Amino acid sequence: MILSRTGLVGAVILLAVILQVAVFNLVAVNGVVPNLALIVVVAASIARGPQLGAVVGFTAGLLIDLAPPADHVAGRWALALVLVAVLAGRVRADARRSPLVGLTTVAVCSFVGTSLFALSGVVLGDHALPPGEMVQVIGIALLWDLVVAPFVLPPLIALFDRTRSAELAY
Amino acid sequence: MARKRFRDVKGASLGRPLAGEDGRTGGFGRARGDGSRLVVGLLVAASLGVITIDAAADESSPIDPARAVVGGLVGPVEATASGIVRPMKETITYLDANDELRADVARLSAQNSQLRSQVEQTPLDRNRLEELDGLTRTANRTGYAMVAARVVGMGPMQSFSRSVTIDAGTSSGIRKDMTVLNNDGLVGRVISATRSTATVLLVVDTDSVVGGRLGTNNEIGFLRGRGVTSDRGRLDLDLMDNTVVPARGDVVVTWGSENGKPYVAGIPIGKVESVYSTPRELAKQAVIDPFVDFTSLDVVGVVVPRNTDGDRVVINGAGGDR
Repeated sequence: MILSRTGLVGAVILLAVILQVAVFNLVAVNGVVPNLALIVVVAASIARGPQLGAVVGFTAGLLIDLAPPADHVAGRWALALVLVAVLAGRVRADARRSPLVGLTTVAVCSFVGTSLFALSGVVLGDHALPPGEMVQVIGIALLWDLVVAPFVLPPLIALFDRTRSAELAY
Repeated sequence: MARKRFRDVKGASLGRPLAGEDGRTGGFGRARGDGSRLVVGLLVAASLGVITIDAAADESSPIDPARAVVGGLVGPVEATASGIVRPMKETITYLDANDELRADVARLSAQNSQLRSQVEQTPLDRNRLEELDGLTRTANRTGYAMVAARVVGMGPMQSFSRSVTIDAGTSSGIRKDMTVLNNDGLVGRVISATRSTATVLLVVDTDSVVGGRLGTNNEIGFLRGRGVTSDRGRLDLDLMDNTVVPARGDVVVTWGSENGKPYVAGIPIGKVESVYSTPRELAKQAVIDPFVDFTSLDVVGVVVPRNTDGDRVVINGAGGDR
């Protein structure tokens, strides 16, 4: 049972990353695509708390870092998404109650996540763009995540909820 | 609430005081919090560890085997996913260019869905054929042997690096540091390859440096990407000789390196769009508009050695197909 649940969460993460890389580029705006992995992490954190959220964030981040065509220093997305999970975990009680707070959480997490990734790039001197371009990318990414979140966040939260109730029942 | 009841039962059976359970900042909650703090702390440390290991290594990072494993597993999945949505993608591109045809297709789709799919598929195949034709022409013009491949994945701009996955890898004879081009010009170079896929760093990436030569006066310089792939995707050219002023519209081709690694010589890159000089630097800098449209990359060619043996047809420049 635990294995199959882990498998389910793993499959969701894999699907999100694959969609992001191979499918979403047909709707990319200036190369920016909806950050589905980030929304998965936010959903995990809201539904199950920052502990599981952080694990999901680390896994999803590392997958983005290692899966082709990633070229940046590995671990940068992992770090950004773990911290996103912590942030989303902080407001989980409110985010569960109101969908609007959930959306706001996604927006804030998108901004923080992409910014953290950009900052780590600046610190490491790894694929750093001029600040103007970075701000633009962060802005478009935020809008994309806000557009996608209403359709993706509630089902994902429900999915992570289901894995919890099964856990308690045994 | 069922959940609450469960918590009570669990708490009681563990012998914890119930009063603490009901309170928001009870012992149970804090214990959970500490646990999660530990996990989060460990994961942050792990992330920083991976970053340190990968950033500290120069050429061969200890992370590379992990990259290879993940690439080998995820690459084919990306190729499959991309294959599934490809008709949709090509249709979108095609319809964007033909508003009139969009109306036609809409009317046809109402009449007959089968007919509609034919309408969408035919230009798609024709486009593909044209691109392959173009590649063969390029092979003939440049005299290089090439393996054709398709772009199956594109890194999100959120990662600030501009790289794509192609659906050919070491099984087709593709290795690191090979030149990638399409029928418009230089696309980039292979930075890593698994069995069935390879990652290509586009020339517009900020980490990409290409040796370039001005077409009219053979002056050499270095082209650096700006990290943007959209219509504003541009390259900066620094010329070695600071007395030379590049002319607008001058074509820049690759200058080529030893053994054609990572770039073979004579591949068109782009043309000079504007020239400017900064007070700090003596040399003139030129902005290059690349010939390749990086937003709609599809069929690309990887320059391989002539005697390459692989599971794909090698388009030989002079001698025809093998």
